[in-house]
Amino acid sequence: MTRSDLIEVLARSQTQLSYKDIELAVKSLIDQMSGALASGNRIEIRGFGSFSLHHRPSRIGRNPKTGESVSLEGKYVPHFKPGKMLRDQVNNSVKQ
Amino acid sequence: MTLTKADMADRLFDDVGLNKRESKELVEAFFGEVRTALGRGEVVKLSGFGNFNLRDKKQRPGRNPKTGEEIPISARRVVTFHAGQKLKARVERYTGDD
Repeated sequence: MTRSDLIEVLARSQTQLSYKDIELAVKSLIDQMSGALASGNRIEIRGFGSFSLHHRPSRIGRNPKTGESVSLEGKYVPHFKPGKMLRDQVNNSVKQ
Repeated sequence: MTLTKADMADRLFDDVGLNKRESKELVEAFFGEVRTALGRGEVVKLSGFGNFNLRDKKQRPGRNPKTGEEIPISARRVVTFHAGQKLKARVERYTGDD
């Protein structure tokens, strides 16, 4: 399912809203989530999961072409932990 | 600070002009549809954010950490998230200062 498939599905279930509004709303939700993580905040969605940042410490890397050492600064990477409801729904679908 | 479904619905009310009830329903439906798709075994790709993938894990040996007793961890399907380039780049710029 892609972002545009998701907009289609939502437009079919939320019939009181215009397609344009659904598009704007999906854009807003994705922007809000990216913005929260970009400013170091967590996202907690009950029944779905939580997003947080994990720190990667600085390290000495190598340029794979030249073999030259380069120092890489520490950075943050996004991390997702699925919630119980999502874990169960995904796992139960296999068992049936 | 933590972003929640209530915060997200408030922003839909402010930014998109949906009413409070529509905002709340749309936020629920958004996550509900992603979960349903994953439950059907479909990978979800949200451009500008990232991909939710599915991995099938084989049964493997495990242990009850309390008792030390060996119990197999059953075969299962799990969700993994891979942030897209755009999100990764934005998060990398976060320095941890604020």
